[in-house]
Amino acid sequence: MALVALALVIWAGAWWLNVRLSARKDGWVRTVVPAIFGVTILVVWELVVRGLEVPLVILPAPTLIAERFAGSIPILWADFVQTFLKGALSGFVMGVAAALATAVLVDRSDFLRRGLLPVGNFIAALPIIGTAPILVMWFGFDWQSKAAVVVVMIFFPMLVNTVAGLREASAMQRDLMATYGASYWQALWKLRIPAAMPFVFNGLKISTTLALIGAIVAEFFGSPTVGMGFRISTSVGQLALDMVWAEIVVAALAGSAFYGIMAGLERIVTFWHPAQRR
Amino acid sequence: MRAVFPVLTVVTVLVSLWYLMLIPMNSHQAALEAERAGVVVSPETARDRRDLSGWAVALRNPGPVLGGVWAQERPRLPAPHQVAIELWETTVEKKITSKRSLVFHGWITLSATLLGFAIGTVMGIVLAVGIVYNRAMDLSVMPWAIASQTIPILAIAPMVIVVLNSVGLQGLVPKSIISAYLSFFPVVVGMVTGLRSPDGSQMDLMRTYSAGGGQVFWKLRLPASLPYLFASLKIGIAASLVGAIVGELPTGAVRGLGARMLAGSYYGQTVQIWSALFAAAICAAVLVGIVGLIQRATLRRMGLA
Repeated sequence: MALVALALVIWAGAWWLNVRLSARKDGWVRTVVPAIFGVTILVVWELVVRGLEVPLVILPAPTLIAERFAGSIPILWADFVQTFLKGALSGFVMGVAAALATAVLVDRSDFLRRGLLPVGNFIAALPIIGTAPILVMWFGFDWQSKAAVVVVMIFFPMLVNTVAGLREASAMQRDLMATYGASYWQALWKLRIPAAMPFVFNGLKISTTLALIGAIVAEFFGSPTVGMGFRISTSVGQLALDMVWAEIVVAALAGSAFYGIMAGLERIVTFWHPAQRR
Repeated sequence: MRAVFPVLTVVTVLVSLWYLMLIPMNSHQAALEAERAGVVVSPETARDRRDLSGWAVALRNPGPVLGGVWAQERPRLPAPHQVAIELWETTVEKKITSKRSLVFHGWITLSATLLGFAIGTVMGIVLAVGIVYNRAMDLSVMPWAIASQTIPILAIAPMVIVVLNSVGLQGLVPKSIISAYLSFFPVVVGMVTGLRSPDGSQMDLMRTYSAGGGQVFWKLRLPASLPYLFASLKIGIAASLVGAIVGELPTGAVRGLGARMLAGSYYGQTVQIWSALFAAAICAAVLVGIVGLIQRATLRRMGLA
């Protein structure tokens, strides 16, 4: 019980500190306060789990998870390569390329755009993850089927965003291109694709999360004996929850890094956009 | 109305493409069935055909293949009409208490979705109000709420199900918790943006009216947040349904649309998978549609739409 009481005290103390800190207007407060909050959660989690002697099969303590993480880096790395690099990333590249190409084609015809946009919006809201069992059946258990699930999942969000973005250049800007005597491809390349970039990156950022989810969940329907989804579902079956949490840490790190890279690229590519100006 | 004709055209093209794809996807199986029925096909055995593509088999044996790809028992790709017939048979013609009825399974998934969506929305709104009114909470929680959107949280679904199962919670509640979790963060992020959307002049106007904190909340902040809330609710309810479906996978495929998909993939019942998929799609479309209708009605009464 002493540990639980200590947890409560630490919680109250950290909260008091955060309240005091957030009254200040300094810039560093914006990094320090969330960091204190995150660390406090970990400490309280650790103390409560140890204090109440919560069994491992319900909630392992953070130190146990860290220990397992450090102890099984080769396995976690193999899973990461299988699920993220082979499945999610290749699917991401293919899906994005297909959606961008389709968007440029669709954009040429007003009729197609009016037809495809509502359909695309509709499909983007559907539980596309349900196609996973079908695609696993078609493309086999290895990463190809996971990449296929990712392609199907990200295609329509990317398409809808890109098509909307290609409409973004204003009439005035298009007229300017016309007065320069620019051809369709010149206007596309020099005006409309750059103007579409904020929308494209919005789609890319949504797709990073979707790609990881697709690759992991598709493994629940069948996989070789390696992969993050495979490890999660088999470790859950063995009640080895520390392993499950270690995989979740990997997924969280991979997901945030992937998103962060896209956000960084966005800042470089769309430096001119008001949202990126500092 | 301008969109009806183009949309119909696109849908027709998609369905036609689907029918066209039946030929290469199912031609091996069709040729095999023709061979077993005593028809001479070329190449003669399945082993010789194995290395040929689906189109090649179809071109060499147009008769048997074109006759056989549309209505197989377990096709690699079922035809749209097979899926439609299966949907009709398992929704309308079966009693809804039957374990083979999609209405039965659909309701199991839907009830978990709706319960989880309600929990997630209420908790999301409460947290958003806390974040807007408490700077310490804003600085502590908001970065984590945004960061958590980049994490594939669906991956923890199997663990949640199994852990709650081991403490005696089964059925509806664990799935709803996953649904609630998935709809929670979109609502928090949208609602925080919405509650902050009134600009300085509007807040100043409230101050000149000498409005109290509660009045500012109920008469300015909350109404101003509704467009943002509805946009989040549409994302949230679709995510809730996905959560409920994925939450059904690790329990060993007993009940619900997710279970129908998993069972279908175990036994190669492709028509069953496709019909469960379409049932899920219809549910999602109806749920998002209902939220959209409420959105339109509410915003119209408020004079915003």
